[in-house]
Amino acid sequence: MRSRALPPLVALVLFLGAWELAVRALSIPSFLLPPPSEVARAFASDAEPLARATVTTARAALIGFGLSALMGIVAAVVLSSSRLLERALYPYTVFLQTVPIVAIAPLLVIWFGPGLRAVAVSALIVSVFPVIANTLAGIRGVDPALRDLFRLYGASRTATLVKLELPAALPNVFTGLRVASGLAVIGTIVGEFVAGFSDESAGLGITILSAYRQLRTDLLFAAVILAALLGLGLFVAVDLTGSRVLRRWHPSEKN
Amino acid sequence: MTTETRAVGVRARRVRREFASGVRAVDDIDLDVAPGEFLALLGPSGCGKSTLLRILAGLDRADGGSVELQGAEKRGSLSFVFQDAQLLPWRNLLDNVALPLELAGVERAEREERARKAIADVGLDDAVSRFPAELSGGMRMRASLARAVVTNPRLLLLDEPFAALDEITRQRLDDQLRRLHQKLGMTIVFVTHSVAEAAYLADRAIVLSSRPAKVVLDHVLDLPRERVAAIRAEPGFAHEIGTLSRGLEGSGA
Repeated sequence: MRSRALPPLVALVLFLGAWELAVRALSIPSFLLPPPSEVARAFASDAEPLARATVTTARAALIGFGLSALMGIVAAVVLSSSRLLERALYPYTVFLQTVPIVAIAPLLVIWFGPGLRAVAVSALIVSVFPVIANTLAGIRGVDPALRDLFRLYGASRTATLVKLELPAALPNVFTGLRVASGLAVIGTIVGEFVAGFSDESAGLGITILSAYRQLRTDLLFAAVILAALLGLGLFVAVDLTGSRVLRRWHPSEKN
Repeated sequence: MTTETRAVGVRARRVRREFASGVRAVDDIDLDVAPGEFLALLGPSGCGKSTLLRILAGLDRADGGSVELQGAEKRGSLSFVFQDAQLLPWRNLLDNVALPLELAGVERAEREERARKAIADVGLDDAVSRFPAELSGGMRMRASLARAVVTNPRLLLLDEPFAALDEITRQRLDDQLRRLHQKLGMTIVFVTHSVAEAAYLADRAIVLSSRPAKVVLDHVLDLPRERVAAIRAEPGFAHEIGTLSRGLEGSGA
């Protein structure tokens, strides 16, 4: 464990050290590139607003991710229920993947009003497609012989879904959720750029914008790092849950 | 639970199956299986015998002809064993074997009791709470057998179930299947491409030709009803293998 954590840690320390030295040696102005020590100071001096912004963003990202998990799986189940339905609707789900979220964020403000709801919907739109696509692939990939087995024993549509399709698709569902977890945080930050409140409940997106306007590059760095850590945290949580749930079920999860 | 298992007879007439690709898999086959009989369907790989079996099970449709299962008035009187064990990897052995009962709405206590009995019948008592990934290939196939008999089927259809196993495991499973047949008395149709397996297991063997499948030999095996491993060394067994092999050679394999 220690030996596995050591190399990236050493790399990080070396990187930060080089950064600090380079900024000082070349006397780069800190509004262009603040040295790590100044970013650390920003963490300390703005600890409270940063913490509040992180909570706001985390809440929106979690709600968006939760919606995306729920609606993505439901959409995949509905699409998988008929070939015709899938052929008719699946191409449009690709829209979710290709629509520039920045472009439709104003629309979200008009529909949902500024604040948490519009931001969470932005996170949903950005992150739902991988859940749909992977869950659908998982359901479609169920071994035909197992479907025959269920048919032979007169399983109802619901029983087949609950006892065969969803459990069989679970590894794919988690693949989709892992991708969605990172995307949900991205969608939240972008959503906040357009739809976030800039009062005391401002999220990290707003912090980034206002730090940018004041040329507080140190604070901007701090907010970006927190957003990245948030995405990482959500990813790790989903990943751990996945391997916990799948450990006994799927030999693929065994090392 | 009734102890009497009325076996199902099969009567198929002029069954035909042609795939969309134009390949004719089964051509005008007539097939009669007496209640309680152990029939082996023997034929070269890919000859259409699996298709025929799937049609009997209702898993595939016939393009012509009729299939009648006599005495099978409801679902659950028929079980099917696939080429692979086809267990659900997220269920332990007990829950895998109990699955058909679960789907039929049997309540938990009863289905677990019956599943345990079926598991004991195939000698896997020690493994009830293990998951498929923790079982050997032979154990998985035995679990699949247990799942097939847990519903007390009157007709058991097996599609080359032991083909992927090593010879020793396969012979053990052959014995187990034969014992299950003796004990439960259901009708069995067993698809295989192994002449020795067909001779060892079955009361009667039908040899099918290559695509389209047609009956080239219908032969009642002249061997004692009680089959033990020693029989493999007897001249009578060798004679039967010779008969079936000649039939198979004439099938265009």
